[in-house]
Amino acid sequence: MSYYFVIIGTQDNPLFEYEFGTSKQGGDGQAHFTELARHLNQFIVHSSLDIVEEVQWANGQLSYLKVIDKFFANYISCFITGGNVKFLLLHQPTATATATGAGMAGGGSSGAATSTRSSTSVGANPTSPQTEEAIKNFFNEVYDNYVKAIMNPFYRVNMEIRSPVFRQRVAAAGRKYL
Amino acid sequence: MAHLGPGKAASSKEQAGLRYPSNGKTIYHRPLNRSKTAELSQASFAYLFSEMVSYAQRRVTGIQELEKRLNLQGHPIGLKLLDLLLIREPPRSQTRPLTIIALLHFIKINLWTHLFGRQADRLEKSSNPDTPDEYMIIDNEPLVNAYISVPREMSQLNCAAFVAGVVEGVCDGAMFPARVTAHSVGGKEEGEMWPGKTVFLVKFEPEVLEREALIGKG
Repeated sequence: MSYYFVIIGTQDNPLFEYEFGTSKQGGDGQAHFTELARHLNQFIVHSSLDIVEEVQWANGQLSYLKVIDKFFANYISCFITGGNVKFLLLHQPTATATATGAGMAGGGSSGAATSTRSSTSVGANPTSPQTEEAIKNFFNEVYDNYVKAIMNPFYRVNMEIRSPVFRQRVAAAGRKYL
Repeated sequence: MAHLGPGKAASSKEQAGLRYPSNGKTIYHRPLNRSKTAELSQASFAYLFSEMVSYAQRRVTGIQELEKRLNLQGHPIGLKLLDLLLIREPPRSQTRPLTIIALLHFIKINLWTHLFGRQADRLEKSSNPDTPDEYMIIDNEPLVNAYISVPREMSQLNCAAFVAGVVEGVCDGAMFPARVTAHSVGGKEEGEMWPGKTVFLVKFEPEVLEREALIGKG
């Protein structure tokens, strides 16, 4: 299970990027995207922005918009802040990833080994309530830290977030929930 | 990033340009929810605000420009307060404002309570059929104007333009682009009850109304 997390500003500009893997079920916490997939991820996430704009005015009142888009085995979850900054999380369940052959190249054998183990893990079924809950908790924690980041009087909205402390906090949230 | 000591080997340490406070606590270590006891003394605010006004007054040629500068000072505060006030809401009511009415209520109640310790006095929609995009937030006694006396030759000026900027920031942040201006109306109507009465005129951009109509249908 690999994750690609990105914060998108109000002008569709990226503010923060982070790649990580699951730490549950003996995961090593590293992302296992291939070099090709890493570039592709940015396109997939970017194309999902259109859907975010469609659902953000319709989908109830909740900030957390759940899984909004799917591209082969890549699921996109979205969280939208009060200031219309978008948190997008691309998640790629290991089992389906090996089945479709997308991602996990160069680690095929280990991927097959983990897929049997991770079938019960949080991320194995991207639309299950447990996964949604875990992602929601992750987003809420990141939101908390994001608000702290914008409280910085020298930070203006839509500036890139460079703080290493913020990065650590996001990494910690990823380890804790995903 | 420019390093202060070019002679020293600054590159040996990662993030050499960054300084942490001596106790190791950054903004990320502080809680977001200290709202109850975090009141500020009005005297210090009035002093700071008077300095802000005189700062804005430098190098301006007219009252309009001065109000524009005050507005710009408030704008980023509004953008940031929107997120801060939403996260301080209890999780049940943690909702983004999706309609004009919800947004204006948020401003009237949450924003005003946070900034001034009370709600705004009234919320009105323009009764003029030609301007359905105009809404008015009315404050009988703006806190920012408490110690400000405007000279006679500048009677057009209302320093609550700063608050208008905050309101504009909230509207813009919530994707309701608008122009907000402050106008003194005290003494012109209904007696002399509130001489400092100020109307914040919120004029939304046409696309906001267009979207509002679409959402209402769906």
